[in-house]
Amino acid sequence: MKILVCISHVPDTTSKINFSDNDTKFDTNGVQFVINPNDEFGLTRAMWFKEKQGASVAVINVGGAETEPTLRKALAIGADEAIRVNTTATDGFSVAKQLANVINTGGYDLVIAGRESIDYNGGMVPGMIAGLINANFVNNCIGLEVDGTSVKATREIDGGKETVATSLPLVIGGQKGLVEESDLRIPNMRGIMMARKKPLNVVEPIDVNAETTSVSFLKPTPKGAVTLVSSDNLDELVSLLHNEAKVI
Amino acid sequence: MSVLVYTESEQGAFKKAAFEVASYAKAVANQLGTTVTAVAINANDTTSLGNYGVDKVLNITNTQLGNFNANAYASAIKQAAEKEDVKVVIVSSSADSKYLAPLLAIGLNAGYASNVVEIPSNTSPFTVKRTAFTNKAFENTQINTDVKIVGVSNNAFGLVENTSSATTEDFDPSIPELGVTVESVDKASDKVTIADAEIVVSAGRGLKGPENWGMVEELADVLGAATACSKPVSDLGWRPHSEHVGQTGKPVASNLYIAIGISGAIQHLAGINASKVKVVINTDPEAPFFKAADYGVVGDAFQVVPELIEKLKAFKAQQ
Ligand SMILES: Cc1cc2nc3c(=O)[nH]c(=O)nc-3n(C[C@H](O)[C@H](O)[C@H](O)COP(=O)(O)OP(=O)(O)OC[C@H]3O[C@@H](n4cnc5c(N)ncnc54)[C@H](O)[C@@H]3O)c2cc1C
Repeated sequence: MKILVCISHVPDTTSKINFSDNDTKFDTNGVQFVINPNDEFGLTRAMWFKEKQGASVAVINVGGAETEPTLRKALAIGADEAIRVNTTATDGFSVAKQLANVINTGGYDLVIAGRESIDYNGGMVPGMIAGLINANFVNNCIGLEVDGTSVKATREIDGGKETVATSLPLVIGGQKGLVEESDLRIPNMRGIMMARKKPLNVVEPIDVNAETTSVSFLKPTPKGAVTLVSSDNLDELVSLLHNEAKVI
Repeated sequence: MSVLVYTESEQGAFKKAAFEVASYAKAVANQLGTTVTAVAINANDTTSLGNYGVDKVLNITNTQLGNFNANAYASAIKQAAEKEDVKVVIVSSSADSKYLAPLLAIGLNAGYASNVVEIPSNTSPFTVKRTAFTNKAFENTQINTDVKIVGVSNNAFGLVENTSSATTEDFDPSIPELGVTVESVDKASDKVTIADAEIVVSAGRGLKGPENWGMVEELADVLGAATACSKPVSDLGWRPHSEHVGQTGKPVASNLYIAIGISGAIQHLAGINASKVKVVINTDPEAPFFKAADYGVVGDAFQVVPELIEKLKAFKAQQ
């Protein structure tokens, strides 16, 4: 089985988010970048398929050279090779188009992406890839077993979960639950050394028109101070929630 | 040229999100000077959509669509959009709608903006405000394509009554190969989901252990709320992953969010910030959650929560 894991290069979850150029650009100054958490769950599941079922695992990112350390980290975790499509990611659609192009020529059986990236939260790349390459698609995937070309997957639904049967070729939008938190791997020295020798292929982009344009950003308005209620006067809390906040 | 809205139902009954997206669609239709057409799949009674501004319902009844299937549902909505020659399609942010929207976008060559929180600030160029960086910021996004899909954030627009009498027309789209078939569904039917809940009661590591969740569930019961938890609580297996909220878990956009024994780490706050009113109960007055909350009680959850349950029961009995 040939697996491709899509890796989004995103600001670390502790990052303070600021904007530059008149609030039109995300300010990357001082920001640490990491593998998108939803993608890391998928990459970890891919390692299981590699070790238990002999799958090959490639990772891919659409982005400039600055994303290479993130791809190298994925190689250090255990992916066999990395691909970088050499263009700045603009919108979800254009990223999906670039990925679909590589998938079509590379003949991958299973494409693992994250449900959403934690920067733009578009939540559209996995589904759009599936639509573009005409593969089966399971979103919010929290369980995945492959036997030959048959697939059993578990999907989180609002208020529960659902087990589905499908087949390769398949695209999933993965998330927490796909593997246990304790399965996540921190690259060790050996992995990091080996990653330096693994191929990181830079491929040139195809021509795509973005369907959406990011015009500007704004930050939420800062909140007022908290109203403290004494723990021996909870009637006041009930009354505030009813009369002032009007939420009960 | 009307605005098309996908109104989701469950076991025949429309979800609250269906009325919210219908309300939103009506507001967009007013901006564009047109009408609202809804697509309903296996819904029992479509007349209620008229209360939220829907003028016409394309009513699909098909046993092949008995279980949700993203491919088939997206195809049905695409056929409805083409039949009505629509330029704008509105969907919700439910798990199912977020699943089908990207497939629909490819099918219709439409640009898609998710997590939209307001009506378009401009309809030409079509510009919407959406959340980004998991609620740490907003992004104004322009959709450049001829056909546009807007995914509305849960609870962002609310329900707006707008009486029109919806006419219903049966619609019979062709169904593509499903590709993915449902084998079993595991869902507590009597519990409010985090996505639909107006009130969410959430607890963290301050509760010490899973055996102490009885009071959290009771508080949720009294309020008709959904239960949620912080990440370490689900990592430790005290509560199911499906309750984990925050930047790497589920987003929450409820009217009221009550955080018990949760410190208020940046990753937690990012996911729940869209909630309108936040209450924190924590022994530590320095806990960062107090900076993000509207109301706070400095105190021991094991004393405060049972007492709050009693006060709320008395309040509810009075109402
Ligand atoms: C990549 C990454 C992603 C993350 N994503 C998320 C996420 O999505 N969601 C999330 O929640 N976290 C997330 N985290 C974890 C986050 O950083 C915090 O560790 C976590 O939110 C803390 O959970 P907590 O508040 O339950 O526990 P703690 O930080 O341990 O806080 C417990 C609180 O309980 C209080 N307390 C103790 N006893 C009592 C009592 N008797 N009564 C009342 N209060 C009491 C304490 O004062 C303390 O404030 C993420 C972390 C990383 C690194």
